[in-house]
Amino acid sequence: MRRWWIPAAGALALASVLLGAMVGPAGPSWWRVPLALLDHLPLVSIDSGVTPREWTIIWDIRMPRVVLAALVGSMLSLSGASYQGVFRNPLVDPYLLGVAAGAGLGATLVFTLNRTGSSTWIIDPLPLSAFAGGLLAVLVTYVVGTAFGGQKSASTLVLAGVAVTALATAVQTFVLQRHTDVVRQVYSWILGRLSSATWGDVRLVLPYVVVSSVVLFLHRRLLDIMRVGDDEATALGASVNRVRIVVVIAATLGTSAVVAVSGLIGFVGIIVPHAVRLLAGASYRVIVPLSLLMGASFLIIADIPGRVLQNPSETPIGVVTAFLGAPFFLLLLRTRQGTR
Amino acid sequence: MTSLQFSGVGVRYGQHDALSNFTDTVKPGEWLCLIGPNGAGKSSLLRSVAGLAKHSGEIRVDGSPLRMRSAKRRAQLVAYVPQSPVLPDDMTAREYVVLGRNPFVSHFGSETKHDWAIVADVLERLDLVDLAHRAVGTLSGGEKQRVVIARAIAQEAPILLLDEPTSALDIGHQQQALELVDQLRKEHGLTVVSAMHDLTLAGLYSDRLCLLHQGYRVVSGTAAEVLRQETLAEFYGVSARVHHAEDGTVVVIPYRQGSSGN
Repeated sequence: MRRWWIPAAGALALASVLLGAMVGPAGPSWWRVPLALLDHLPLVSIDSGVTPREWTIIWDIRMPRVVLAALVGSMLSLSGASYQGVFRNPLVDPYLLGVAAGAGLGATLVFTLNRTGSSTWIIDPLPLSAFAGGLLAVLVTYVVGTAFGGQKSASTLVLAGVAVTALATAVQTFVLQRHTDVVRQVYSWILGRLSSATWGDVRLVLPYVVVSSVVLFLHRRLLDIMRVGDDEATALGASVNRVRIVVVIAATLGTSAVVAVSGLIGFVGIIVPHAVRLLAGASYRVIVPLSLLMGASFLIIADIPGRVLQNPSETPIGVVTAFLGAPFFLLLLRTRQGTR
Repeated sequence: MTSLQFSGVGVRYGQHDALSNFTDTVKPGEWLCLIGPNGAGKSSLLRSVAGLAKHSGEIRVDGSPLRMRSAKRRAQLVAYVPQSPVLPDDMTAREYVVLGRNPFVSHFGSETKHDWAIVADVLERLDLVDLAHRAVGTLSGGEKQRVVIARAIAQEAPILLLDEPTSALDIGHQQQALELVDQLRKEHGLTVVSAMHDLTLAGLYSDRLCLLHQGYRVVSGTAAEVLRQETLAEFYGVSARVHHAEDGTVVVIPYRQGSSGN
């Protein structure tokens, strides 16, 4: 039965990509889009009836946005699932741990320190600065959360994350107050910015997402062992600290890169892994690949209303996921307390 | 079969010595039961063997020091059942038991057919086949304990450590669990070290008892040698009569001061 879930989720992700490419306010009739995409595959030639101008809309406007949504959705879901695994805490995700806020602060600093000058750099400093901020934030959250609450307290870690988020946001606001020239640019980015996606954005995050996903994917069996707690996992021969450090660094790297490009898109890392658990069970061998695939589908689909209902102005994707995610989180909090 | 040798083993938490200078040899296939009041150092001793507590002195398995072993190799030699195991509510019994195969799976690898065959075999022998796909959170106390023991058996380690294996169980399930351990011990030739509070059960199932008090080894021997009224009064501060049944069982019966003092 479990083998069946992964192809199904793969098919859903593919269907979401197609759906994402088919809808939009301008461009060719929706049914011509799959034909046009097939036509551009190597060795395939189909008369799709799509003009070169329409093809530009599909390939240079819609597709980068769909692909970026898929990468961001996968990465946030996978990181969320991984953080939940290594911290043995069902309530954490990249946002509640402060990773996103820390990465946001790191990215804001790059924006304020003359973003235009960075185009001459060999490696774009934006994801790296976001990574430094995100890693610092998750370290502070973890140290504070475990120092006061011990390993067993799920809520202390979340509270520490909330405090770190508040602090990082405050510093970010302070920095912005002193650099009012970039306020507009930074705020449109904070609210989640898939709308202006380009292939350049995709190229920027892709290496980080691939590296992070591969590392997390390799750890899926070890994440199952971590579920029995540090002592028992150690007694079973697992190197608990090494696994935790590597997984946190990988998840933070991926999260920071997508935050640097797409802004703060909340709750994906908590909605998707928990939906996967409800559907396909709690083993990380299944949660890791399914979160990756379902996260992509989730964010592509969540982005569609914002793209279609463009009047008077577009709804930021971060607002859509928060509308869905906040009630979901409260529901989760309620059921978790019921079982304890 | 495998021997376990302690020479001058000590465990220290901060300034507090939980265990001092413990020396003993557990013979191959022997069941040694550690007894003693709370805080005597029983759990510290087990945790030091399992690699969870830093210790001084030397612990040897078949003569070679355990501290030289990697965590994985140690887990191939020693299986540990903690006092209150963490059972993730939504993990199935089969998923839980296969964790015991970790010492044999490479870091980024996954279990082979051989590993799954061992899991299937263990589930079968511990009568867990019907529960294999149930979430462990839904199991009863006795079933949970069987699943935890199954995980330790799937580890195929020659030494089995049990910390209070029966503390959460009713009298029937206590007996069931200990009978199971004894049966597995005989089938696999396991060397067993357990910590137990129930002195009567400790005497009934183990080959040898070892009494610890405030981190020191006090006395070791058969149930009849160790479980004496004066010893219990001195080290547990308990008023108890010790009754020797005809079949050799030593029964410890607490009584109330003044109600029947003979």
